[in-house]
Amino acid sequence: MMTDTAVSTPDSAGDSLAREAWRRLKQNKAATTSLVLLALITLACVAGPWLTPWALDEVDWNAFLTPPSPENGHYAGTDANGRDLLTRVFHGGRVSLSVALVATFVSLVIGVLYGAVAGFIGGRTDNLMMRFVDIMYSLPFMFLVILLMVVFGRNILLIYAAIGAVEWLDMSRIVRGQVLALKRREFVEAAQALGVRSHKIVTRHLIPNAIGPVIVYVTLTVPKVILLESFLSFLGLGVQEPLTSWGVLISEGKDMMETAPWMLLVPSAFLAVTLLCLNFLGDGLRDALDPKTR
Amino acid sequence: MSQPLLEIDRLRVDFDLPGGTVTAVKDLSFTVHAGETLALVGESGSGKSVSSTAAMRLLPELARPDGAIRWHGGQQPEDLLLVGAKRMRQIRGNEISMIFQEPMTSLNPLHRIGRQIVEVLTKHTALRGSAARERACSLLEQVGIPDPERRLGSYPHELSGGQRQRVMIAMALACEPKLLIADEPTTALDVTVQAQILSLLKDLQQRYGMAILFITHDLGIVRHFADRVCVMQQGERVESGPTAELFADPQHAYTRMLIDAEPRGRKAPVPDQTPLLLEAHDLRVRFPMKKRLFRPADYFEAVRGIDLSVKRGQTLGIVGESGSGKSTLGRALLRLLESRGDIRFDDTALDGLDTAAMRPLRSRMQVVFQDPFGSLSPRMTVGEIIGEGLRVHAPLLGRRERDARVQEALADVALDPAMRHRYPHEFSGGQRQRIAIARALVLKPELLLLDEPTSALDRSVQATVIELLRDLQHKHDLTYLFISHDLAVVRALADSVLVMKDGEVVEQGDTEALFSQPRHTYTQELMRAAFLDHQAA
Amino acid sequence: MLRYTLKRLLQAIPTLLIVITLSFFLMHLAPGGPFDGERQLPPEIEANLMANYHLDEPVWKQYLNYMGNLLQGDLGPSFKYKDFSVTELVAQGFPVSLELGIWAVGLALLIGLPLGVIAALRRNSTIDYLVMGTALAGVAIPNFVIAPLLALVFGVFLGWLPVGGWNEGAWPNLVLPVVALSIQQIAYIARMMRASMIEVLGSHFIRTARAKGLAETEVIWRHAMRPAMLPVVSYLGPAIAGIITGSVVIEQIFGIPGIGRYFVQAALNRDYTLVMGTVVFYGALIVLLNLLVDLLYSALDPQIRYDD
Repeated sequence: MMTDTAVSTPDSAGDSLAREAWRRLKQNKAATTSLVLLALITLACVAGPWLTPWALDEVDWNAFLTPPSPENGHYAGTDANGRDLLTRVFHGGRVSLSVALVATFVSLVIGVLYGAVAGFIGGRTDNLMMRFVDIMYSLPFMFLVILLMVVFGRNILLIYAAIGAVEWLDMSRIVRGQVLALKRREFVEAAQALGVRSHKIVTRHLIPNAIGPVIVYVTLTVPKVILLESFLSFLGLGVQEPLTSWGVLISEGKDMMETAPWMLLVPSAFLAVTLLCLNFLGDGLRDALDPKTR
Repeated sequence: MSQPLLEIDRLRVDFDLPGGTVTAVKDLSFTVHAGETLALVGESGSGKSVSSTAAMRLLPELARPDGAIRWHGGQQPEDLLLVGAKRMRQIRGNEISMIFQEPMTSLNPLHRIGRQIVEVLTKHTALRGSAARERACSLLEQVGIPDPERRLGSYPHELSGGQRQRVMIAMALACEPKLLIADEPTTALDVTVQAQILSLLKDLQQRYGMAILFITHDLGIVRHFADRVCVMQQGERVESGPTAELFADPQHAYTRMLIDAEPRGRKAPVPDQTPLLLEAHDLRVRFPMKKRLFRPADYFEAVRGIDLSVKRGQTLGIVGESGSGKSTLGRALLRLLESRGDIRFDDTALDGLDTAAMRPLRSRMQVVFQDPFGSLSPRMTVGEIIGEGLRVHAPLLGRRERDARVQEALADVALDPAMRHRYPHEFSGGQRQRIAIARALVLKPELLLLDEPTSALDRSVQATVIELLRDLQHKHDLTYLFISHDLAVVRALADSVLVMKDGEVVEQGDTEALFSQPRHTYTQELMRAAFLDHQAA
Repeated sequence: MLRYTLKRLLQAIPTLLIVITLSFFLMHLAPGGPFDGERQLPPEIEANLMANYHLDEPVWKQYLNYMGNLLQGDLGPSFKYKDFSVTELVAQGFPVSLELGIWAVGLALLIGLPLGVIAALRRNSTIDYLVMGTALAGVAIPNFVIAPLLALVFGVFLGWLPVGGWNEGAWPNLVLPVVALSIQQIAYIARMMRASMIEVLGSHFIRTARAKGLAETEVIWRHAMRPAMLPVVSYLGPAIAGIITGSVVIEQIFGIPGIGRYFVQAALNRDYTLVMGTVVFYGALIVLLNLLVDLLYSALDPQIRYDD
């Protein structure tokens, strides 16, 4: 049974769910702070390398392994080869963030297509497709990616593809679940009764309604992808010199932590803050899009 | 009159919500006497459940109750809002027990039935071990569970909804409470099961001499069940008194409306020579069961060879309990589901038409679903929702004209056309159902499938929607397929009725004839259950 | 139950086959042979070596050979550690990795579950915010960042615990790797337990339990705990996989002689047979553990039907 009084106030005329979600997100301090921090970090990584006086590989012959100091212009210190750490962190950030964008996009495309097809066709096709995903799930995928890197060499394009190919599984499950649930909703049946064509049902009814959870999941995939890339780079299986990434820098820093702890702390801080912000943002988005969960 | 058992005295319950304080119950007073049945009646949001939950002190933390709830079942009178937590736990399940609306989820799914009943006994009595088990077994027997010994070892998911409610009752009665609070105990159940549970409660009340506080939205079912009735609206009591008096001479307009909410009137018949609009012969729908390797696929036949025909302007009522296949039949008739058998609409054979061939016909046959929350896409404005059909069937229509048609349709269902720029979540259940009707009407259909269009609505809203459907039928010469489990509504709206059970028609015929002289035992059972309060009607 | 177990075991076979086949052919697609790196070998010696390892035979024959050997538990010879077979290397490293893994899983459950329950019971309190904030950080920050930081603080700055080494599994050597390995899982489990506890506490059968007159502790222990733990149990599969993956980097950081470290070294050295042998072994392990977790789940939830 339900009441016959409208749920929201009448003056909020024409308020779409998206706008309401945005308002809720803006009220979430952790999420908005994260959004601002992420914007700053991205800006720093994109613009930073032009602003620092040092190039990625430039050696400052006067400063080997110097701690952070504003006097010599190495705000985050230098490494054992006299290279400016801040510049390297910005460059590493470019790699990490670009991997995040590309690999997440790859996983999004594969996952959404695969999940939507399975969910929309349903029946035996769906069963078969999902059984395949189940099998993929139980594979030690991380190890296969490493095997892939070993066999084909360390190549940034391969990293994009490999990580994207790993991360689409969750996305496909989420999209399929959404599509299946939406397909059973009466508004889709009503559209069928109106004679709306299948592709219009997909574009007008299924996708707009499935998009919320997908956005949330994308925000949560980005940190996973960054993490995977840094994991590979940390093991020495990721990007190769002269490129660097946060994972590589942390790995270098770990080896020098007793003499030059800043080499570990600075890249770790960048990676940790980025990942933390992305997670906060993802959580905030989920709460904003689905107010029932909290 | 016997002494009072429970006295609710100027009870007020506020909820501290993020958006501000909401008052769910205000200044409510009533008394339950030992051994009597008091029905607390109201629509959703009336505060009836909140006040009874307050008596058990099971309100959520956000709630702030105020006033007094005096309990006279103990050694001395005490205020349930003030007694200590320990004393309260002695009362719960022992002196006062409670059964709920949701039999499917109210039992712990991971514990066996026996354990859940024994748990109450060990909590409040000295019974232990096999003695407690025997008592549990006899309780199950008393609530009419067959083979109680074996059922003690069952898990809840192995029982039907009706059986689970019986287990809940057994658990509630385990310590022979002085008061049983029954919060909509039959709402989630089919009508025939509902009747069984009510008569079981009545029997047990006599045997144990307990009082019952019966909470319901359905004034009809308390007519022969309650000694006294208290009617609530928006957190306040509007009227109370002995059942017979209240029904004979309701004082308050709201009570009168609730009593009259039962739809009145009958459908005027169409002239004999009116042509048929829809006809089906030997219609069958089957769903594949879970397929297994190396075994032929099993099918579940949801609709098993049904014949029917409807004349233009007629209403065919399709009646049955959940799982009877009535919704499947409706969808199959409109070719929303694959089926076998002949279907003729006007002069066209529908069977065998594919999606593309059906499309031009779609504007002539439309559908309104039960769930007003699920049937409107939450991300489209009301205008877009209603206009969508026009985009398909009148693609040449300009934006202006389409908008005009949308406004016209909204006005038709008595909604303000200015609302078309809003989103569905801003509307109430009844308003949404009107929007769904407008979406169907904008195409000027001839046939309308109404699948339980009023079942999710409050009685008072239900009545207005039914009136609207009646007016629209008259105005646009519509033919209705009206699917419902609510016999009273069907009786008021339909020319003829088709009673379904397990995918088959058990009886069909002219509405008046079928209602006054049901021939099949199942139909008789349905009638008895549905009209247990007013045989005379 | 037995039929279900057998069926699940049968289902595991295709998964394992995929892992093995995929790894095998990936390895054979690799540019260059295993003896390229060191120095240019005379052709006849290289031919000899190739013949010795059966690398001169057609790929399908090598595949069948490998499968045949695998059935006997032989993962082939290591190309770099010439005196050892892959099976021997795995057998050496496994007990060490297993010990580390068991401690980590145990610690994750031991700390994660109570934290989640406390946060759920004190919902929206300071404790809740504190626990959940920390947990989010734990989820977000990878173990290869936490591990060196722990080593830096407790090993270098404070000098309380050794920075690395195994020392036959002595407890001071265990602490840092186990903590580093389990932090992420502690955080996941705490978050999951909180969410599921809150959901269960809001369910109808909990209301029934309260209406029976049970005390709140009885309600939680008897009625809420087990259903709330079900999602955590089904998460154990991924958790174990995560800990195994994590052990690769943790063993590397702390210099622990488990399979993980072999794996990384082999990967860097392009010791194909060892990499592949490890992948196959991990694959079998993860599949097997997933099966165990599923069986555990079905034992806990009577609503699972074994027939499908």
